[in-house]
Amino acid sequence: MTPTRADVCAAAIADAFADDGELFASPMGLLPTLGVRLCRLTQNPDLVLSDGEALFLASPPPLFAPLSAERDVVEGWIPFRKVFDVIAYGKRHVMMGATQVDRHGNQNISAIGDFDRPKRQLLGSRGAPGNTVNNRTSYWVPKHSPRVFVEQVDVVSGVGPARARAAGPGAATYNDIHRIVSNLCVFDVQGEDHTLRLRSVHPGVSVEEVREASGCGFQVDGDVPETRLPTEEELVVITEVLDPKGLRFKEVPDQ
Amino acid sequence: MSIEQVVDTLEDGLTVGIGGWGPRRKPMALVRAILRSDLKDLTLVSWGGADVGLLTRAGKVRKLVYAFVSLDSVPLEPNFQRARQEGTIPEVVELDEGMFMTGLQAAAQRLPFLPMRAGLGSDVLTHNPAIRTVTSPYDDATELVAVPALRLDVALVHLNRADRHGNATYLGPDPYFDDLFCMAAERAYVSCEQVVDTAGLTVDTPVQRVLLNRMMVDGVVETPHGAHFTTCTPDYERDERFQRAYAAAAAGSDEEWGAFEDRFLRGDETAYQDAVRAFAQEQA
Repeated sequence: MTPTRADVCAAAIADAFADDGELFASPMGLLPTLGVRLCRLTQNPDLVLSDGEALFLASPPPLFAPLSAERDVVEGWIPFRKVFDVIAYGKRHVMMGATQVDRHGNQNISAIGDFDRPKRQLLGSRGAPGNTVNNRTSYWVPKHSPRVFVEQVDVVSGVGPARARAAGPGAATYNDIHRIVSNLCVFDVQGEDHTLRLRSVHPGVSVEEVREASGCGFQVDGDVPETRLPTEEELVVITEVLDPKGLRFKEVPDQ
Repeated sequence: MSIEQVVDTLEDGLTVGIGGWGPRRKPMALVRAILRSDLKDLTLVSWGGADVGLLTRAGKVRKLVYAFVSLDSVPLEPNFQRARQEGTIPEVVELDEGMFMTGLQAAAQRLPFLPMRAGLGSDVLTHNPAIRTVTSPYDDATELVAVPALRLDVALVHLNRADRHGNATYLGPDPYFDDLFCMAAERAYVSCEQVVDTAGLTVDTPVQRVLLNRMMVDGVVETPHGAHFTTCTPDYERDERFQRAYAAAAAGSDEEWGAFEDRFLRGDETAYQDAVRAFAQEQA
């Protein structure tokens, strides 16, 4: 099997959750859900997963599969009100989307332009402010572009490390922006002053290409490695168990 | 009570909390009744879905308190988007979702605020300078957000079953926050799919599903299909086809929205449900 870019992204997302141990993995959106379920079936069997609504599931179902009594074992109840308890408890790693991310790891899903009269109203801040000061947070960007990676986000929904430090220990103690995975590369925020740092570029992508697709600078330490290819086992799990219909290609087209 | 009687108790300028979550178990029949009324200058407090979309499009909202507005399968609510982009909601308070719950808890406990981390460092505080922080009086001296109580004049919620006294059960997977909305409000009205005898509430349903007790509720309305087009699991799921039609009309021209209004929103609740049935038949 030849891995596609979507498969590489799924494995990179899985790697972001590999060392989490026994905590609630909360993926928002398609590729994060695929990556987290892949991680649960390969690298981290202790991850706690939900059906995206109100149930903890003992094993990960295929993408968008309706709950099945034969296949899915329910291991707990996680209605929205209890999600807020887990966020405050801290045993959670969320991977959110991001309409904008900046060099300091701040994220925006609220509005584009001036908040008082936005050029484009988005979702609203959702749980991003609370997530980022309470539990590990990563971001997924399916279309890496200068409009997404910006010098400064228009609205800070998700709080990056510099803003958290400036707000004091209440914000900074548990602030943990872990990975930003895009269709081109993987960043963390371990650059100087906790800014974006390029960890790896996906096979077939150059550092130059990432630079051109980014509207902000980022740190590059020496030779940037390639994001690893998925293993044979991972490819089988992706293509035969979790996403046999190839829904991932709607988000990251095969090239 | 009838939905009209509930709406008759409301006045211009009130703060109205709307239960449910996004496009899930919203008291839509009551929202439609507000839409038909002359009420104006409302403050809405809602984990927003089409309730927010409809009422902002109709110009009923002077102030909106929300953490998000979404239709789930349609991520962005077009009527809400339009209202924000055209600046037709005079005042908005955008909170973190957890802050929203904490604000309702503070009101339910009759406290002026409750402390939490959410909001620190984010623009939620920048855009809401009225929200202050509080410093722990203990040795840690940690500065936290003092989430202000979200006090409501009226709460409107929709549940699966209720008795006529206001005891009410949810039968789906998630209670959302309807009990908190009721306790944060001066008075609360519950609409439900079916009014049953008190004994009927628990005859085949675990007692833990009785989310509302009669101390929390001032009036009960039976509105079958009253959460349409949002979910009311297990009585019915979201009407995705109808929601798509709603979203397309909301995102379309004024004529397209006008046609949607003419077809579905001009008459009373019975006319709405008839029009929805006709729509379903023609789509089948």
